[in-house]
Amino acid sequence: MHNRLRETVGLLVLVLMSLATLIPFVVMFVTALHPAGSSPAGFAWPDEPHWENFGRAFVDSDFVVLAGSSATIVLGVVPAALLFATLGGFALGHVRVPGSTPIFLVFLLGLTIPFEAAIVPLYYQAQDLGTLNTPWAVILPLIGWLMPFGIFWMRGQFAAIPAELAEAAHLDGASSVQVLRYVHLPLLTPALVTLGLLQFLTAWNNFLLSIVLIDDPSRRTMAGALAAFQGEHSVDVPLMCAAAVLLMAPTLLVFLLLQRHFVKAVLAGAVKG
Amino acid sequence: MSTPPARRGRRSRVALRGRPALRRLPALLWLLPAAIAYATFVLYPLTQTVRYSLYDWNGIGQAVWVGAANYVTVVTDPTLYESLVHTIVLIVFFSFVPITAGLVAATFIRDARSVRAAGAARTILFLPQIVPLAAAAIAWTWLYADDGLINGVLRAVGAGGLARPWLADFDTALPAVGLVGSWAMVGFCTVLFLAGIGRIDASLYEAARLDGASGVQEFFAVTLPGLRHEILVCATVTLIGAIASFDLVYMMTGGGPGFSTMVPGVQIVRLAFTEGRVGLASALAVVLLVIVLLVVLPLQRLGRER
Repeated sequence: MHNRLRETVGLLVLVLMSLATLIPFVVMFVTALHPAGSSPAGFAWPDEPHWENFGRAFVDSDFVVLAGSSATIVLGVVPAALLFATLGGFALGHVRVPGSTPIFLVFLLGLTIPFEAAIVPLYYQAQDLGTLNTPWAVILPLIGWLMPFGIFWMRGQFAAIPAELAEAAHLDGASSVQVLRYVHLPLLTPALVTLGLLQFLTAWNNFLLSIVLIDDPSRRTMAGALAAFQGEHSVDVPLMCAAAVLLMAPTLLVFLLLQRHFVKAVLAGAVKG
Repeated sequence: MSTPPARRGRRSRVALRGRPALRRLPALLWLLPAAIAYATFVLYPLTQTVRYSLYDWNGIGQAVWVGAANYVTVVTDPTLYESLVHTIVLIVFFSFVPITAGLVAATFIRDARSVRAAGAARTILFLPQIVPLAAAAIAWTWLYADDGLINGVLRAVGAGGLARPWLADFDTALPAVGLVGSWAMVGFCTVLFLAGIGRIDASLYEAARLDGASGVQEFFAVTLPGLRHEILVCATVTLIGAIASFDLVYMMTGGGPGFSTMVPGVQIVRLAFTEGRVGLASALAVVLLVIVLLVVLPLQRLGRER
């Protein structure tokens, strides 16, 4: 009986927290269905849901172009960042190159550094490289900023694989590339998926780099474009909300499809940190 | 293979360790792409931030060496040092509130962990970590609006006197932004703590119960020490979130009204790219970086002890 009570209280807390988390999303969605240009009060479901707001937001925000821009940035960042982190993790976690501890510590330092600390020089660097206002202005720095966690994560993964496995392959005459390709990679697939998801989120949701380094909103990440959209349409609350829902949809979709993996990823990443 | 597995394992480990450092040197090449990307786009720009901070430069013309003058401005100009104070207020909302609330919630939810709904709730609690904060900011801006949901509820329950445009009011704007941070972080902390509680030896709880410990005593004697590591992780993640609160502030208030919600990130971008005071912006960035390192690095060390 006592246990049942505790279980009920626990469930109640859980439900309340979930509701508190969801309210802003629900309000945003309901608001998006109100007549354009109105300021609907709170939760009220509109007399007639204006689904066409999503259509207008889709057109006004240039959604197709934006999706392309975001995808370009993600595709420029994630494969390279995954590859670099894997190779670096191999060197530090498996081969243990001379000086791996100090090198690792320098990478670790980067885990805590916010973009704000370097955004000003990054702007002038992009100007010098001629990448300002192109996707590269965001892609190149993002790869660099993803290295600390990438190296940290992959080094741990490589170190956790028993050295005997690779040593056996080495004795059979396999080269380092072959060991990495045929011994380690098959074992590391889940870890790579996890890292890839986290890198996707970082790239797709990036805001600061996107709005400072790319002037044209249609070439930014979706999050960055939202800032410009807000500037233009701040009086039309339903349209704003519709656009925000639309721009959130891709991440939400990916999350819901892979959610078990995501939660595990974020938790694993955090706990090992 | 005729060698017994145990001996084979030992021998190969010896072989690996024994491989001369020189032969492992070429493997540094593997590290090169990561090192170049990190050095070029993180470390080098950081050194440039420090360099810029010593000059008076509008971004185009000739830069003039001014030494520490920009730093003097950072600590004497209220619109600048107050942005650092605001960061401390945000830390309370981003870190202290979610960790405290998360601990309390996780303690209660512990008893309902096995229930099937718990899995779905975990997904929901994670949502704010997944969506772009810029989008969440739009939802919250609307909740806080003069005719938004919060004021609507207040008026409906007869507390209309409390209603106000929360983000346009000098007294409430900063806590209002901070609360969004609490909202974004509390789910993450709770889920992390729940996972941590799951790893605490159940016999500790049994022992506490047999000793007649109250729920509160049990919390302080078993749960809190058992979650030490998770609390440090949450503190690190949420502190970085609080210090890098650019997205939320930029979207919700832009630092206003006045400078009442101005945070270093927004101020840096404003100074450098709107006002053309690149040196001053860089000095603020350096101060911000030092604060991050001073706050977060000791936490990391604490986490590695024991």
